[in-house]
Order: sequence, then structure tokens, then C-alpha cells
Amino acid sequence: MAEILTRADVERIAALARLQIAEDEIDRFAQQLTAILAYADQVQRVDTSGVAPISPSAADTVWRDDRLAPSLDRDRLLEQAPAADPAAGLFKVPRVLGS
Amino acid sequence: MSLPRTACEIRAAVAARQVSAVEVCRDAVRRIRDTNASLNAFLQIEEDRALARAAELDREPPPNAPLLGVPIAVKDNICTSGIRTTAASRVLEGYVPPYSAAVIERLEAAGAVIVGKTNCDEFAMGSSTEHSAFGPTRNPWDRERTPGGSSGGSAVAVAAGMVPLALGSDTGGSIRQPAALCGVLGLKPTYGRVSRYGLIAFGSSLDQIGPFGATAGDVAAVLAAIAGHDSRDSTSAQTAVPDYGARLDGDLSGVRVGVPRALITDGVEAGVRARFEEGLRELTAAGASLVDVELPHAGLAIPVYYLVANAEASSNLARFDGVRYGTRGSNGSVSDMYEQTRGRFGAEVKRRIMIGTFVLSAGYFDAYYVKAQKVRALIRKDYAAAFERVDAVAVPTTPTPAFKLGEKTDDPLQMYLSDVFTAAANLAGLPAVSVPCGLSSGLPVGLQLTGRPFEEEGLLRAADALLRRSPMPRPADSL
Repeated sequence: MAEILTRADVERIAALARLQIAEDEIDRFAQQLTAILAYADQVQRVDTSGVAPISPSAADTVWRDDRLAPSLDRDRLLEQAPAADPAAGLFKVPRVLGS
Repeated sequence: MSLPRTACEIRAAVAARQVSAVEVCRDAVRRIRDTNASLNAFLQIEEDRALARAAELDREPPPNAPLLGVPIAVKDNICTSGIRTTAASRVLEGYVPPYSAAVIERLEAAGAVIVGKTNCDEFAMGSSTEHSAFGPTRNPWDRERTPGGSSGGSAVAVAAGMVPLALGSDTGGSIRQPAALCGVLGLKPTYGRVSRYGLIAFGSSLDQIGPFGATAGDVAAVLAAIAGHDSRDSTSAQTAVPDYGARLDGDLSGVRVGVPRALITDGVEAGVRARFEEGLRELTAAGASLVDVELPHAGLAIPVYYLVANAEASSNLARFDGVRYGTRGSNGSVSDMYEQTRGRFGAEVKRRIMIGTFVLSAGYFDAYYVKAQKVRALIRKDYAAAFERVDAVAVPTTPTPAFKLGEKTDDPLQMYLSDVFTAAANLAGLPAVSVPCGLSSGLPVGLQLTGRPFEEEGLLRAADALLRRSPMPRPADSL
């Protein structure tokens, strides 16, 4: 059942992941991702009936006391942003609404 | 007077005021500057900061500091407050974290001196350090070859004698594989042993930070310093931290070492196989007994790993969106900002994000991701069964010694297969160490020992016994 990924698949996955990919990368990625998935397909041959997948369960939830503690300094965090308005304490992004 | 070279010797000499931390630090910085142009192990050398810190330690040495005055290099995917941290990615170019990882706080409290940040594959994704956005690191044993990866810079910093210790991170072999290819010790601790707070996340159920060193005593000292519970990492274990260096006496009497012969196939190069068999003989000469074991599902570690790790990577790397840190690709629309910022990821990171996105997408989730997590459960069960009969499992760390630069960069699958013996320990959450085990055609070979959860001490005892019996040479032109 190995999947063969087409150019359209690669473009769709890249769009889902918000990744810009160059025109000349599409065919190469299609071929490489198909090969990787074909290799990974070996897992299908294993009989896993009755096997529970490893996944975090509610029992693994770690609780801590809800106590006030200092957090990271807002100004220092905003210094690392590509665009910010430190006086207002805000990150700046391109216009989202009304554009 | 020649300066002490191992971390334990440095600590003793600085504590006894036979040498100053500043002298040791200057010496390390000189070695780094002498060779970094040809090896590209460091992305960032923090000379001024390190010397200031060393001077502070000389003025007011903290009491009982187990790494007093010891220079250490840190992989560039571990956040260091005030020191640029890029994870070798264009996306994080120029990023200066406003906080330090838990391991950095602990190293500093232990009296260590951070001398710089080391090169790696971008976001720790790769097995050769060739996927760094800032150029590959070269292997000091042969500069035309890779040091392995992803923590290649840290492995080379220790192998070339630039520093006695370095930290790396290991998601599928990224400490042990470069340790093997560079001829140094590299330890991946048990999942949960070391806090991941401040480690730039790749595969959160697999990632662990761990040390590189030349001696088991040095690795024991740094592990003791960084291990232990941290409330900022909810997967960090409460298990007590033992004295890892207490019983490094070369005696392995009563230790049972399992050898999964079925895994060591024709894909393992003859020279690697020969050194591995010699390593097994040294273990028995030290008192250990060998037992055949079977790990029927461990051969599936790589396919399982690339499904699980990439799924986790695709969600972890969603945070790089051009808003809060790093660089921004465009100020056009919000979509342009996201896509053009993330367009700056290198090809390997893009491949992994796309594989992860695909296997988590509707219609494929059960067939790939859930299936892989089931096989992962079987791999974990195999080890649990083996550890009822043996105390450690031995395999060669890698199927071949260091490969040539450029040899596998166009073939991602071939690159992935260099982690064929290392990924299982991450999937099962177990501690594993790569121990230098001689040379094949002039290139280092590693022997990997995997142990029960939280039994790093036994692994270091075995590593120490091996190194006592057959000490590892240094590369010819190391300092």
C-alpha cells in the first residue's frame, strides 16, 4: 500500500505545513518522500493485533501546584521578535483583518 | 608546565589552585581558534564571556563545584541566555535567547565554563552535520569525511582536543553516532533523566541531552551535574541521581552483556565487525559474560523512528512562524509571512516536516503514525524481555566508519541508515553509550551499550573498563 506522492500531493502537503518550496524542488521532494514512505511501509508487515500504541495516557499527567512565579521578562522577549511594539507590549504581524 | 587535560584533572588542579580557571580557559580558546577554521566545529566562540566567568571562579570559587573551571562546548540547539543560539538554521539566525536551558544553569552552578556553541545539522535533523546552514563540520581523523551528526560539532570539539567536554542532544543517535565516528565517548541518558527545558524541541518523546567526553570519569561528572528532576519539564523523572563515577574500577565481574547477533548483518563493514568482536572480548576479559539475545523488532527502528520523530517534528517546528523570534521572510500577507519564513528551512528539515504532516493527516494517521507507535511498543517490549536475562545489550554503534562529505547528502534514506543501531534506544527510552573501540582503516569505530532505564552507572563502568584495556588514540594532528 506504499503511497506514491505526486507533484500535487507535495504542493498540498507543503501548503498544509505553510512551507514555501521552490518550483524546482517539487519533483525532487515527490521522489524522495515517496522513497521514504515506501521504506517506512515495512511497519505494515508487523502483526500488531492486540498491541496498544505508545501514547501519553491520563495516568502520565504530571500535576504541579498552581503557584505564582516570575515569568520571562516581556521586554527581553519582545527584543527577539522580528517586529514588535515594545511600548504597547505587542508583537507586530501583517494586517490580518480588512486586507 | 603542561595544563591538565581531562575534566576531572582540571577540576582537581583548579580547586587546589595549581592552575587558574583563566589559564585553562585561555588554553581551550587558543586550541579552538587554532583548528576551528579547518574543522568548523564551533559556530560561536565566547572568549570574553568565558574568560570573565573563569576569572570570577578564580576570585570566588564556589565550594564543592564538581566541574570547577572546566571548559565545555554546547550544541547550538540548547538555549544559552545572552549567547546566540541558532540550531544551525537560517530561520533562527541572530536569535539570542532570553533564558538558559536547565542544563546550562546546572553546568554553571557546577563551576563549568561555557566556551562556545557547536555546529550541528539544522534543528538536529541529520547524521553528518552537513545539513547545517553554516557549513559542514569536518572529521579530525580525515577532513574529507563527516564527523557524523547531528551533534557533529560537539563530537569534534572533544575529539580534536579543543575542550574536554561537550553537550549534545540525541533523538535517534545524534550523540552516539558522531561519538563513534570521531572516537570519543557519547552518552544518551534515559528519557527523563535530564531536563529538556531550553532544548529546542525536535521529537519530544525521543529527545535527550547528553555528554561527550574522552574518559568515563569525565562523562560521569557532567552527567551527575545535569541529571535530576526539573519541574519545567513535565517528563523529567524524580528518580534519584547516583554517583556515576563511584565504581569506575575496570571490574565487570557478574555483568551479563547481551549480543543480538541477528541484527549484526552483512550491512556491517568487516573492519567495524572485527573491532566490535575485539571489544566484546575485552568486556569478557574484564569479567563480563556474553549471552545471545533476540530483539525481533529492533530491526524496524529506523522506519518507526522516521514516522514518529517526523510527526513530532512537524508539530514542534510549527512554532517557527516569523512572529515571536528568529527571522521573518515577508511582511506581505500573514500567509506570505508564514510560508516565506518557513521557506528558509533547509531541504532536510522541509522533507521531515512534510513527512510528519503527511503521516498525521486525515486518512493516513492510523496507517502510519498509530501503526508506528504500536511497533514502537513491541521494540520496547523486546528490550524489557532482554533485560530480564542481561544487564546491557552490545552492538556496533554504526555499520560503517565515517563516510565522505557529500556521499549521502542526495540520498536521504542512505543517510538515515547510519542510525540503524542507535534509534531503538530513543524509541524505548533507554540509556545508551558509544565507546571508542579502535580503528578500521584509520577511522574510529564505536561499540554501543544499551542499559535498563536509569542504569547509566553500569554503562559508564563498562565504558571505563573498555577504555582502560584499550585506550583510544587521538587523531594525528589533534592539539
